[in-house]
Amino acid sequence: MNMKLNIKVWRQKDSKSQGGFETYQVNANEHMSFLEMLDVLNEDLVAQKKEPVAFEHDCREGICGTCSLVINGRPHGPNAGTTTCQLHMRFFKEGDTIVVEPYRAKAFPVLKDLVVDRSSFDRIIQAGGYISVNAGQAPDGNAIPIGKERASKAFEAAACIGCGACVAACPNGSAMLFTSAKVSHLGLLPQGEVEAERRVHDMVAQMDKEGFGMCSNVGACEAECPKEIKLDNIAYLNRAYYKSRFSGREA
Amino acid sequence: MKWLVEFFGSGIGKKLLMSLTGLFLIIFLVVHLVGNLQLLKSDGGEAFNIYARFMTSNPLIKTVSYGLYFFILLHAVLGLMIAWTNKKAKGGKYAVTASSPNTSWASKNMALLGTLILAFIFIHMGDFWWKMHNDQLPYVTYDDTMGPIKNLYARTAEAFANPVIVVGYVIGMIVLAFHLWHGFQSAFQTLGINHPKYSPLIKGAGKLYAILIPLAFAIIPVWFYLSQA
Amino acid sequence: MNLNSKIPSGPLASKWTQYKSSMPIVAPNNKRKLEVIVVGSGLAGAAAAASLGELGYAVKCFTFHDSPRRAHSIAAQGGINAAKNYANDGDSIHRLFYDTIKGGDYRAREANVHRLAECSVDIIDQCVAQGVPFAREYGGLLENRSFGGVQVSRTFYARGQTGQQLLIGAYQSLSRQIALGTVAMYNRHEMLDLVIVDGKARGIIARNLLTGELERHAAHTVVLATGGYGNVFYLSTNAMMCNVTAAWKSVRKGALMANPCFTQIHPTCIPVSGDYQSKLTLMSESLRNDGRVWVPKKAEDAAAIRTGIRKGSSIPEEDRDYFLERRYPAFGNLVPRDVASRAAKVECDKGHGVSPTGLAVYLDFSAAIERYGRSEANKQGLTDLKKEQIIALGEKVVSDKYGNLFEMYEKITGENPYKEPMKIYPAVHYTMGGLWVDYNLETNIPGLFALGECNFSDHGANRLGASALMQGLADGYFVIPYTLGTFLANEISTPKIKNDLPEFLEAEQKTRQLIDKLLSIKGNQSVESFHRRLGKIMWDNCGMSRTEEGLVKGRQMIRELRDEFYNDVFVPGDNNEYNPELEKAIRVADFLELGELMMLDALNRNESCGGHFREESSTPDGEAKRKDDEFAYVAAWAWDDNQPVLYKEPLVFENVELKTRSYK
Repeated sequence: MNMKLNIKVWRQKDSKSQGGFETYQVNANEHMSFLEMLDVLNEDLVAQKKEPVAFEHDCREGICGTCSLVINGRPHGPNAGTTTCQLHMRFFKEGDTIVVEPYRAKAFPVLKDLVVDRSSFDRIIQAGGYISVNAGQAPDGNAIPIGKERASKAFEAAACIGCGACVAACPNGSAMLFTSAKVSHLGLLPQGEVEAERRVHDMVAQMDKEGFGMCSNVGACEAECPKEIKLDNIAYLNRAYYKSRFSGREA
Repeated sequence: MKWLVEFFGSGIGKKLLMSLTGLFLIIFLVVHLVGNLQLLKSDGGEAFNIYARFMTSNPLIKTVSYGLYFFILLHAVLGLMIAWTNKKAKGGKYAVTASSPNTSWASKNMALLGTLILAFIFIHMGDFWWKMHNDQLPYVTYDDTMGPIKNLYARTAEAFANPVIVVGYVIGMIVLAFHLWHGFQSAFQTLGINHPKYSPLIKGAGKLYAILIPLAFAIIPVWFYLSQA
Repeated sequence: MNLNSKIPSGPLASKWTQYKSSMPIVAPNNKRKLEVIVVGSGLAGAAAAASLGELGYAVKCFTFHDSPRRAHSIAAQGGINAAKNYANDGDSIHRLFYDTIKGGDYRAREANVHRLAECSVDIIDQCVAQGVPFAREYGGLLENRSFGGVQVSRTFYARGQTGQQLLIGAYQSLSRQIALGTVAMYNRHEMLDLVIVDGKARGIIARNLLTGELERHAAHTVVLATGGYGNVFYLSTNAMMCNVTAAWKSVRKGALMANPCFTQIHPTCIPVSGDYQSKLTLMSESLRNDGRVWVPKKAEDAAAIRTGIRKGSSIPEEDRDYFLERRYPAFGNLVPRDVASRAAKVECDKGHGVSPTGLAVYLDFSAAIERYGRSEANKQGLTDLKKEQIIALGEKVVSDKYGNLFEMYEKITGENPYKEPMKIYPAVHYTMGGLWVDYNLETNIPGLFALGECNFSDHGANRLGASALMQGLADGYFVIPYTLGTFLANEISTPKIKNDLPEFLEAEQKTRQLIDKLLSIKGNQSVESFHRRLGKIMWDNCGMSRTEEGLVKGRQMIRELRDEFYNDVFVPGDNNEYNPELEKAIRVADFLELGELMMLDALNRNESCGGHFREESSTPDGEAKRKDDEFAYVAAWAWDDNQPVLYKEPLVFENVELKTRSYK
């Protein structure tokens, strides 16, 4: 089924320019994904020799974390557990006006139109989101048994795709869900426990330094996370941070 | 000690202070309510006034009360600082605001609610605490061994005859209820207490607390007003 | 040109071990002075950059993504093979080697594949140590499952997100090296040319995708890990930005492209729903363990389904043609990917397709649901159940096994696969072909290495499931750290390469000219429309089934399309800004040349093997006919605008016997 839509989209030339909304008409159909609808809009714009709307995307199957967008006020749109690339147009109807905005957070500056800079996430991982093991050092994979439940909890935290929806949804622009997912993924595993204290300290320090806000336990991050990462990771991070600061011997 | 300063300078450290002071204030509310409920005793205010004298003269309680003032101020000042930092961290506003599922209105407006509560506390203390501490109350004698004591009950009864104060008080309690609705369970989450078995209990208890305590506080002025009308 | 594969002598099983202990190496104090450029940050690239950084080389790593964590390795679902034999079911390094050679239809090098099988064991250990949360059993030990084309359980997995977990592991190791300063990371930088100085690869020209600035990066050696080129077909399961540009620019500088026509078409993808479609989504191969593939026996039933008058579930059992089970009774629905894909195409070509486009077959779980329902009822001791209750029990079991895949299918199609059979159709998934490399993974250009899907080396004419991740990580963690030394050991006295040598300036100049040219055409057609048309030509003439006539015609069509592109493409915006349309234009320009080479390679290879099926070379019942006496070689092509030149590297099989693959 075809549908005519009004797409009100944020246009901004570059990080230094002021941005504003432009409204375009798009002929979409219900089988398209949201990004394919934007492709159609861009093809129209190119046909009119205008500059297409810049937005980031890559795998289009919900796993790479490249796509973003705040659609009608919700990161990745209205559906739970869904990335923008997996959102399909059958959830909209003829005549709808859809407002598309970039993620808003100080630590995610807008680069152009709907594209934001999420490199702050990389720097948080670089601060300690790893296990220090060189290629060749590893013991046999089965040398340390890990309980199934613990392994699945670690997996569920590790499912984070680094898309930044948590930050976009948070009224405080906080990166606690992202950071905590990595801290608990690694901290829950015996391999990662070894350097847990230093990791949590360094990652939290980097998170603050990047200008992310503080967590006030609103829960919007959990609600909007396309991979449904749970808030209990944040509680885990808090615990790990206290432990690292108060019982750890390193100042 | 550098590490400790650094700890309380971190986002999580500040939130821990918010959580701990918040929990202290949650306990204080119960203590305060126990005292207030004595206003409802039909003994002409004797129990309440004796209680009030005890609370203002016992050295231990006095010390604790200075801690209380400090914690209220700390909770408020830190809370406002956090709200300010967070506002800056958000960077900009969305043109469309849509609420995410499972998020409460209160959780996103804690600073506003807190500011209103702070204003309430100032007015409230001006009404009662200031008068008590600056000898602006009449005296009453129940028992010779005790001698004359300040009649805070009379001041309360007078205040609660004023409909403006009663309405203000009730509104204050509604604001408090919203603040607690989020604050109670949030304090536990910040402490790192989140467990699939126990968290639902904490959340349930928090919601019950957020309704019952402000409700009990609010009943008193309403009861006074109605019984004096 | 003589293609020297540099395979070490000695018995197959000890080649690698002996070679490793006798190859030239670089001392730690010298490593610091040697600069290495790694292009790409997927499994192979991130693993290589991280491990080379760990060794102490001065590494620069480039990705066109905003973060190294986005590479398309992340989308691999099923798992990673390793000859651990944890299942105690008779697996061994030799068996993994043999399965891979056979699965590749005897078109891969024995020595490379055996090394891959040897490294597979270390990969699992390395990943576990990095914190990859593989599936585990209740006892806390690693769990395995089985995959297509093999008879043992050797696939390690992390739910349906194995690629993601492995990539994040490599990304974390890379992040650690970035923090330590051994790796300098260049995000949002795309390699647009290779710089050769005195016959050796000494650097790249990269475009900063945010500012458009062209940067000259020099190093002692260049390692490409830039993935496959499936996007030449426009529609594929590859990510939108996957491209051949880095590899192709190297080909234009003299690197050889090996077996470019070897393309893997994956049978179970969600079918195309319309012209606007931008990419195809894969449904894991594991679904064929329980799903049955069928089309309606009667063309009129299929027509009624296509127009929406009937539904698949309403076709009675006797009117269904389970064509895989019919044609291949021994393997049934679990035939290898190439065989299953072709069979589906044959049915659709006969007019039995079931989607509005006519290009889809059913993958039906109703039998499995009922079977599981009954066994579940049995287990729970329930009798006298109504059919609906049994089905409900069965749906629960199926949901436990495949829940996330079913959910994904429903998200995309809006149809409930528990109630209506899934519609699937083959789609381009992986390219076995790639840059020609020797045993050291070095191309014919000294100092230029290629890893992962970017090279041609390990999968022959068809890749087995769960082997791509294995190859990417083996190359990155366990091969290149050694073999790079064979080149760099001779470079320890080479001073730091300067990036203002004439070769760099010239390459930069040429790249600038190309960009200016593309921007100045100011034609009337979008880049996207050219890409789409190229994809259609490729799919129609160089897809699942190829003929001499089609390939000749296809090559001609591509040449015409290329001329049209350079006359009429419209690229909006400028160079000095973030300009995704310009990025795409450069990539499509390269695809337009690669496509031609693929046609040519497919035309040359007049045999059917693995994913390459020439109709002229088939048995009377339509099965593939391989011609070992004529085509047991690697076809390595040197690019030339007029007539690319073919070089042959004969494949010698000393440890396996060449057999015809039969799944009947």
